[in-house]
Amino acid sequence: MVFFGVAVAGRGDVPERRNSTSFQRHEWSIGSTVRMDFARLPAMVHRSMAPSAHSDAFAAERAAVDRRLTAAMAAAQGGDRTAYETVLRDCVPIVRRVARAQGADANSVDDVVQDVLITLHGARASYDPSRSFVAWLTAITQRRAIDLLRKQTRRGAREVHAPLAVETHAGEGNPEADAALSSEARRLRAAVAALPEGQREAVETLALEENSLEDASKRTGRTKSALKVNLHRAIKTLRTRMGGVEADGEVP
Amino acid sequence: MTGEPISESSDISRLIGDLSADLKPVRRLAPPWLRAVYWLVAVLGLALVLIAIRIVFNWNGAAEVDPYVIPGALASGITAFLAAFAAFELSLPDRSSAWALLPLPAFAVWVAINGLGCVASLANPAVQSDVPQFFTCLAIIFALSIPLSAATIMMVRRARPLRPLPVAILGGLAASAAGATLLLLVHPHDSAVLDLCSHTLAVLVVVGINALIGGRLFVPANNFRRRA
Repeated sequence: MVFFGVAVAGRGDVPERRNSTSFQRHEWSIGSTVRMDFARLPAMVHRSMAPSAHSDAFAAERAAVDRRLTAAMAAAQGGDRTAYETVLRDCVPIVRRVARAQGADANSVDDVVQDVLITLHGARASYDPSRSFVAWLTAITQRRAIDLLRKQTRRGAREVHAPLAVETHAGEGNPEADAALSSEARRLRAAVAALPEGQREAVETLALEENSLEDASKRTGRTKSALKVNLHRAIKTLRTRMGGVEADGEVP
Repeated sequence: MTGEPISESSDISRLIGDLSADLKPVRRLAPPWLRAVYWLVAVLGLALVLIAIRIVFNWNGAAEVDPYVIPGALASGITAFLAAFAAFELSLPDRSSAWALLPLPAFAVWVAINGLGCVASLANPAVQSDVPQFFTCLAIIFALSIPLSAATIMMVRRARPLRPLPVAILGGLAASAAGATLLLLVHPHDSAVLDLCSHTLAVLVVVGINALIGGRLFVPANNFRRRA
């Protein structure tokens, strides 16, 4: 996999960060459209350079990227779609970094990215091009990540936990166990039905109907990797909702 | 420093395509201080309406104004402006949460003046609290706070605040403090305990309603949903 972006560590510009140790340092990597700048970076950051020179170079490069994104966002406010698409694409790695720094796990990061992009779209009139775009984006990401984590925590606390294993290992022919099994099956069906569309589709086509990835991909029109990701997320969601016990080997 | 593969999921790519396709030029929001000035102009507009009503009904006001009323009204007016300013600042994502503290000194002065007036009124047998006046004060502050709250919510909503609760509380404080200031123009009152109780109750109720309703109104309908 080719990666041109270079993670840049530095202090953010949002004032509240000073109040929290978790906000002390933020990192972001720079997306595809700013690759040219970072291609020059190895030459700039030579081993013989003093540490302060390193950080100066990074700071200068970061400022250059910020200026470019700021200019692109200002153009996007005027209706320039190409500039806007550039901004959105370059936002993604920055948002991922900040979301991870806020504590979002690998499964939640893409959700945070989508939430941030949607928020940015709705709030684009409120951006002031005389201020740092990256600081503005970072602040939005922090808040969206916190919102998502809170939502997940609330959902986890609200839902009843029961092990998935009951469905597999309940005694056969035992009326009580059958009743429990039936109840668990109903709960599982309800939990599957409550999944987001993409995840439900993946569970139904891959796990329940036992289609191959290729067949499932043809049927749903989604890529194999998307199906795998959705299935993985769905299983994780169901485990959380149904009790959090690993169901080894049950899901291909 | 660690590198990571920069790859977008197909969902994110599609979302970026959809958002770009939906792009329309937008008018940038004015800076918060200017929006606070616009808000103040709206309050002054309402004040002019009240003065016109006063002239029409030929009300000349109380012959003798309590010495604590004018300073109290000034403090509440400053509280209102600063609360509105802070609400506009906080409605932007990259502004410090410390802006929420901006109206507090003026608010403390307002409360202190009211408290002093209240103590003075208790010592002065000439000042009498009456229950009908309590309800009149309350009703007028509520009536004035409704359009002011609506104006604040409409103005703040454009920024799509990500901190709806503090913004709504500050907006409610701005509206109720402005209402308490404008009350001076239409309704004679003094620092009697019941009058002050009515002001306090009005502020609490307006702030509470704004916090309950305002936060929801700050989230406009969105055409886009996260993809699974």
